[in-house]
Amino acid sequence: MTMMRSKLIFIAFCVLIMCFFSCSGDKQPEKLPELRIMTHDSFSISKAVLEQFEKTIHAKILILKSGDAGQALNKAILSAGNPLADIFYGVDNTFLSRAIKSGIFVPYAPAGLDTVSSEFRLDPENRLVPVDFGDVCLNYDIRWFKEHDKKVPSMLEDLVKPEYKGLLVVENPATSSPGLAFMLATISRFSTQGYIDYWKKLKANDVLVTNGWNQAYWGKFTAASKGDRPIVVSYASSPAAEVFFSKTKLESAPTGAVTANGSAFRQIEFAGILKGASDKALAEKAMDFILSKKFQEDIPLQMFVFPVNKKASLPEVFVKYAAKAEKPAVVPPESIDTGRDKWIREWTQALLN
Amino acid sequence: MDTSIIKLRSDLKPGFLTHPYVLAGLVPACFFLVFYFYPLSGIFYKSFFGTGKFDPVFLLKGIFSVRMGRVVWFTFWQAAVSTLLTLACALPCSLVLSCYRFPGKGFIKIMASIPFVLPAVVVAAAFQACFGENSLFFAFRVKNPIVLIFMAHVFYNFSVMLRIITGFWSSLQGRITEAARILGAGPFRVFIHITLPLLKPAILASSALVFIFCFSSFGIIMILGGPLISTIEVEIYRQAAHLFNLPLASFLSLIQISITFALMWVYTSFAGRAARFTPDAEQINLKKPVLLWEKIVIAGTIVFIAVLCIMPLAALVIQSFSLDGKFSLVFYKALFVNASDSIFYVPPFNAVKFSVLFAGAALVIALVTGLCAALFIRFCDRSVRAGWASLFDPVFMLPLSTSAVTLGFGIIITLDKPPLDLRTSIFLVPVAHALVGFPFVVRAVLPALRAIPDNMADAAAMLGASPLKIFKTIDLPLISRALAAGAVFAFTISLGEFGATIFTARPGTETIPIAIYRFLGQPGEMNHGQAMAISSLLMLVTALGFVVIEKFRKESSEGF
Repeated sequence: MTMMRSKLIFIAFCVLIMCFFSCSGDKQPEKLPELRIMTHDSFSISKAVLEQFEKTIHAKILILKSGDAGQALNKAILSAGNPLADIFYGVDNTFLSRAIKSGIFVPYAPAGLDTVSSEFRLDPENRLVPVDFGDVCLNYDIRWFKEHDKKVPSMLEDLVKPEYKGLLVVENPATSSPGLAFMLATISRFSTQGYIDYWKKLKANDVLVTNGWNQAYWGKFTAASKGDRPIVVSYASSPAAEVFFSKTKLESAPTGAVTANGSAFRQIEFAGILKGASDKALAEKAMDFILSKKFQEDIPLQMFVFPVNKKASLPEVFVKYAAKAEKPAVVPPESIDTGRDKWIREWTQALLN
Repeated sequence: MDTSIIKLRSDLKPGFLTHPYVLAGLVPACFFLVFYFYPLSGIFYKSFFGTGKFDPVFLLKGIFSVRMGRVVWFTFWQAAVSTLLTLACALPCSLVLSCYRFPGKGFIKIMASIPFVLPAVVVAAAFQACFGENSLFFAFRVKNPIVLIFMAHVFYNFSVMLRIITGFWSSLQGRITEAARILGAGPFRVFIHITLPLLKPAILASSALVFIFCFSSFGIIMILGGPLISTIEVEIYRQAAHLFNLPLASFLSLIQISITFALMWVYTSFAGRAARFTPDAEQINLKKPVLLWEKIVIAGTIVFIAVLCIMPLAALVIQSFSLDGKFSLVFYKALFVNASDSIFYVPPFNAVKFSVLFAGAALVIALVTGLCAALFIRFCDRSVRAGWASLFDPVFMLPLSTSAVTLGFGIIITLDKPPLDLRTSIFLVPVAHALVGFPFVVRAVLPALRAIPDNMADAAAMLGASPLKIFKTIDLPLISRALAAGAVFAFTISLGEFGATIFTARPGTETIPIAIYRFLGQPGEMNHGQAMAISSLLMLVTALGFVVIEKFRKESSEGF
């Protein structure tokens, strides 16, 4: 009896493992070349556009998500020489310098590069070309401000005033990329000397710091949680996402974004061909497609950031509810690269001690 | 490891190398060499010597700062306090669960184990709902982040202790305590002088597990602790993923691993010496509550577990069903709609299927390697030299306290050439999960295996039974309960793992936790609601998994 049973158990195990491998095995009879795109967890693309992508370049596309933006880039750098993919999508301007210095990207100027405004083209050699951008800025809970009969802050300086005491939640620049972007906005606004004083005043005004966007938005922001903070650091396109992902058709966004007076930092994302890509010609075709109108127009509703291609038209919800900074705060990538460690250390010292 | 065996051959009994249990030891050894030591040594080598020069001054400066000192100290004491608190909660509950039979016991046990599967973001959301600003249940608010961390650690680890201790306890009731009672000892004396010493191995094993689990806690500390609080694990993540300081991250990982090894070494060197007894069948010793105080104690236990485990879970489920304060299925319905036509849309049944497949595969790998490891260690401390056991045992615990980021990076740079080009292989998912589930299996099985008296096996051997037969007819039935506990943990760890370190998130093979993170990654009320809905689904799948594992065990071990 026990023999029977143990055999049964064994068979069950085998079936389970076989199931597992049969599900993981590729059921692709025709032999198309494969193009691999390495990216971060927030990447997305629609089915229709992916289909068109594959048709255009005559290849099967495999997307490898490799952790958050920092981890993904780090993995790409670690696998230099024997790359995991042909293309890397999603180096932002705070990591740009480091990515270029690592020497893992080869130059290529895609066909649609002329449709991209020169302010985005930060690498003159085109090892990394811009693909999308979004502004990190203050978001506020419209209903809360109406109910409390308060004026919405219009610039960073407002936040240190007594009437905004205890209303703001921000992310830790050491562990969150919007957190870092917001700190860079303050650096751009108040200079590398003055920003720490500003943050000290914010601290005195009871600013709340969380480790990530998730905890700030879903944990503390009054418009999205049971928290008690009506102002949060998020993206200028977040109000559009609030409308798009609402339960009922909303007439207006429940949240607003503050982008004026240099209070928003522009995060630009780049993509590039990895050195050692299995088929460079194929990778080049793919880069062309990424800058094409088709792919670019897919970006807003997939990743809730803006396309860089000027000819790409925006979906209605973006036109109506997503904000774009007129004059975003600027910190050149080289200074971010050299200053990042020091600034984060100073910030941590001032805010968390 | 293999070479050391050959070197020592001269002092060993003949036939040692071909003994089935030694061969069994090769299974976990190979598993560890390929998927743990090789990637880790690769990343350490690259971090320290990759740039050509090894710079110890820089590393030491990074480590010996006031801040880092505080981080290490905090890591220690929060783990110690969390472990003690968990023990204080779990021990009395185990007493009740292993002595009495009462309706709803199975349900309570399953409920208590579900928290283990939930990703930290979801637990944080549940805690926010229960103890946050607008508390859902009571006006009971907790603001202090350290208190929240302790509560979350107890919430998570309660079931680890509960399962391991009750599993062990219900097998040791029986004759010894009865004899003591007959000889006139009161129940309290029996507990202090007999039950507690007999329970020692299970208490120590589960405490060691919980301590190491809290010692390398990441998500809970990141989310509930806020930026003021940091552990070594969080620091490694910061250094590796955001500051790109790989040498310091690797050095911290090395420190974390060394500390774990040292602690486990101390633990194993006295955990081996425990009482031997013949285990009883599970149902024999369960009493029905008769006296009033017994009923009160049972009711108290149920209420306690309900408040501790079920209430935060219920908060999630309630959120998933409520729309503007009214009952609604809108979030569940939305799960089946791909609103933005994304290729990363996760159909719920697909997510369940892949979660269960990965968890099943991880369970099989962890169970097989874990059992082999436990048998090998048991064989070492029985027949060769105890020193070997106390060397291998701590090694087998290391994956629990190894930073996932570091190991993930290691895999990228080492498993990159054929025949082991596994960097993008889906096979790595269950392997990575099994690596973490494995220590749980070893810890759960080893105390039960060690409790089996030597003379049983000796007698069987004398009567001509082969080691394999002895294992199948004596050891396996006796450890089946412990094995089931280990299986539950391996299964849950895999179900709840968010695979941040590996390429799990390939379109089409997403698991439920990945779907949860995807929903919570973008603003919008629907996203939040759907995250709650799919979290509830995860709980349901977990609970069903437990029921299946339990049934499987009962059927395959005939009453034990």
